[in-house]
Amino acid sequence: MESSFIKELQAIVGELYTLSDRESLAVYGYDSTPEIESLPGAVLLPGTADEVARIMRLCHGAGVTVTPRGSGTNLSGGSLSAGGVVVQTSRLNRLLEIDEENLTATMEPGLITSALHREVESRGLFYPPDPGSMNISTMGGNVAENSGGLRGLKYGVTADYVMGLETVLADGDLLRSGGKVVKDVAGYSLNPLLVSSEGTLGFFTGITVKLIPKPQGKITMLAHFPVLQDAALAVSAIIAAKVIPATLEFLDKVTIKCVEDYAHVGLPLDVDAVLLIEVDGHPVVIAEEAAAVAEICKKHRCSFFQTAKDADEALKLAAARRTALSALARLKPTTILEDATVPRSCIAAMLQIIQASAKKYNVTIGTFGHAGDGNLHPTCLTDERDQDEIKRAHAAFAEIFDAAISMGGTITGEHGVGLAKKKYLPKLVGESGIRVMRGIKQAFDPKGILNPGKIF
Amino acid sequence: MDYVKLINCMRCGMCLPACPTYKETFLETASPRGRVALIRKLQEGELDQSERLLEYLSLCLDCQACASACPCGVNAGELVAEFTCERKSDAGLSYMEDLIMRKLVPHPDRLESSMVPMRMYQKTGLQKLVRKLGVLKMFPKQLERMEGLLPTLPDRPLRQEIREVTPAIGPERGTVGFFLGCVMSLIFSDASRATIKLLSSLGYKVITPKNQVCCGAPNMLGGDFAGLKEAAHTNIDIFADYDVDFIVTDCGGCGAELKKYGHHLDGYEAAENFSAKVRDISQVLAMHADELHAKLKPLPLKVTYHDPCHIAHCQGIRKEPRDLLKLVPVLEYRELESADACCGSAGTYNIERPEMADRILKRKLDTIRSSGANVLVTSNPGCLLQLKKGLADHLPDVKIMHLTEVLARSMDGFDK
Repeated sequence: MESSFIKELQAIVGELYTLSDRESLAVYGYDSTPEIESLPGAVLLPGTADEVARIMRLCHGAGVTVTPRGSGTNLSGGSLSAGGVVVQTSRLNRLLEIDEENLTATMEPGLITSALHREVESRGLFYPPDPGSMNISTMGGNVAENSGGLRGLKYGVTADYVMGLETVLADGDLLRSGGKVVKDVAGYSLNPLLVSSEGTLGFFTGITVKLIPKPQGKITMLAHFPVLQDAALAVSAIIAAKVIPATLEFLDKVTIKCVEDYAHVGLPLDVDAVLLIEVDGHPVVIAEEAAAVAEICKKHRCSFFQTAKDADEALKLAAARRTALSALARLKPTTILEDATVPRSCIAAMLQIIQASAKKYNVTIGTFGHAGDGNLHPTCLTDERDQDEIKRAHAAFAEIFDAAISMGGTITGEHGVGLAKKKYLPKLVGESGIRVMRGIKQAFDPKGILNPGKIF
Repeated sequence: MDYVKLINCMRCGMCLPACPTYKETFLETASPRGRVALIRKLQEGELDQSERLLEYLSLCLDCQACASACPCGVNAGELVAEFTCERKSDAGLSYMEDLIMRKLVPHPDRLESSMVPMRMYQKTGLQKLVRKLGVLKMFPKQLERMEGLLPTLPDRPLRQEIREVTPAIGPERGTVGFFLGCVMSLIFSDASRATIKLLSSLGYKVITPKNQVCCGAPNMLGGDFAGLKEAAHTNIDIFADYDVDFIVTDCGGCGAELKKYGHHLDGYEAAENFSAKVRDISQVLAMHADELHAKLKPLPLKVTYHDPCHIAHCQGIRKEPRDLLKLVPVLEYRELESADACCGSAGTYNIERPEMADRILKRKLDTIRSSGANVLVTSNPGCLLQLKKGLADHLPDVKIMHLTEVLARSMDGFDK
């Protein structure tokens, strides 16, 4: 990047927060996505929304691309830039307001997700989306990727909570959409478009989310299944019995072993699968629901059923699940994580296909995920130095994605398309889908400077 | 450096919220994930060993909070320390480093003599005069900082005063070797005296070999791996002469290093045996909690505990110190928020990187303030130095004590 342009950027955010040395650029060349790296031309850490608008205006005029980045935990390469400007939101991390009358929270995009959880929960309120990386992920990133999490089954995903957005457009102008009102039919609904736009339509500088009352109680349970299919069938049976757990998580044998090695929470090493189930709500209701869950699991031949005896034990079990991805990475240096998602009634069939593909291509795939909402994380454990194995891993995943599409599912449930899944998107949405998406991109960003090369 | 250790980092980012320097800067270069990437890219030839790269790596405190946070078993702090050690040893020791690490640190008597002028400086009232006149402002900033950190020194180093064998009080339960850390002996001798007292009261014969030498941690920091190995061999040989159940230390930094002798001298059985016997004092005391409890008298203190990195992150000890404090009758224990976050001391970091160390210290002081405690307990000399100064400057009503001082005081009774 030309030094005269860097000087102009410095004039906006200051020298300290303008990075252009080789070493800095090298470490902003990755996020959490395996196998993909791309060097930016400069990295900026603005401290105000006004600075963001000025950066956009300058880059728009100069035809320089801008890629928003939170903490860099993106799993589809969405926060990488090829020679453009990466704008990290971490300093824009203020929680601006918790409105207890309207049940909303308003914040800047760099606020860490779990910091929002802590603040609202201390007031008896609840913001349900809880992606696996919530201790470091930013709210801006969550909105841009429409992050899900463990509580998606009952409470939905980020999109279900975004009420208002303040977005800096590609040319630096400000767009306000939505707000604190529950009902709003004035013109097109822009929020759902902006949520999951992966940084390609605008740069969020303000976010207002819906809050709900914090559930009064919670029961956490763990069921061991010697046979994988029984666990999958139990998932469908629980939902068919009209119990909607807040969390219904699945771990297969490979994952169980890795998580136990790391977290030591007493997971069994001799079964095919475990389900981690949490029901929350009114104490009387959850007691009934927990009893129903226990009965269904037993009917589906679970070998052991445990109810967490206190909040501490529950927290340990849930935290162990949260480390699944990283714990899997202990086994092999390279971890390729996918998030193919199917209608939940197809979970059992999907698990079979994942196992068959792993066998066919001779790769190790550990699977965990949000079984309750059909969002699985088949994770291939490999070694980037073994190019042959990497090829086979990708071949296995191509098959898994095809299967997901044929079941009426999707290629990505919560990680986004970014760079990693670009080639699969046309298969899913078809030519008309791509055409409409391109039209939307054109309307928001005719010069194509916002996070180019992502999605399509 | 082992390349596999570097590529094991999957860049998930779980280490970022645990890293004190990332929390202060939000810079990827100041994060554990970024540091591993820098070393990896250097090895792969994508980056050169530039001044800037070394500068970025040197911001690491080596507190190893990242290792506790990493689910894939990568220890970024240790990788940076190993890298620094290897690089420095390739470059050779400078005159000063050679003087300090080879000619001073391995020789307790010389180390003790070197402190004599400092003791005189304090005793004669010269310190007060110097501070009043602001003479220190004329010297390099690092010297002024070092002077400010130094608390009042004991009359004599504990090593010179202590008996080689302290008999058990009552029936003898076993024998422990006491590893007396340099800084504990030179500066915090009261705490180590309390440690010996607690051990003997619980029925241990305590052997403190007078010829033991520094654990070698400063050598590792300075890139003198050969010096570290030499120290390890010396200490292993010395303690091999005694038949001890445990080798006990009340210094978190020494404990972490002693437990790694087996790793440093890979394949040397005596080193593995030595390391296997090493215990932090809290581990031994916690084994006899009931007996200890029976000996404790009330202490009306509001106490909070700061986890030293070398104890919580490097040795994985978190529960024992808290359990021990809760044994003291009447004492009100208050958990510190982010108790295992570094205080900014980190060896000589607070002298080399004062600006960052102060920012990290400020966070720690804020949590101590909101805990409402009037006594801060910790058990590592680096933390004691850093926090003593921090409290004196900003929270003068809060006292700082070593864990064993609190317990020994409770054993004596409050009035004494």
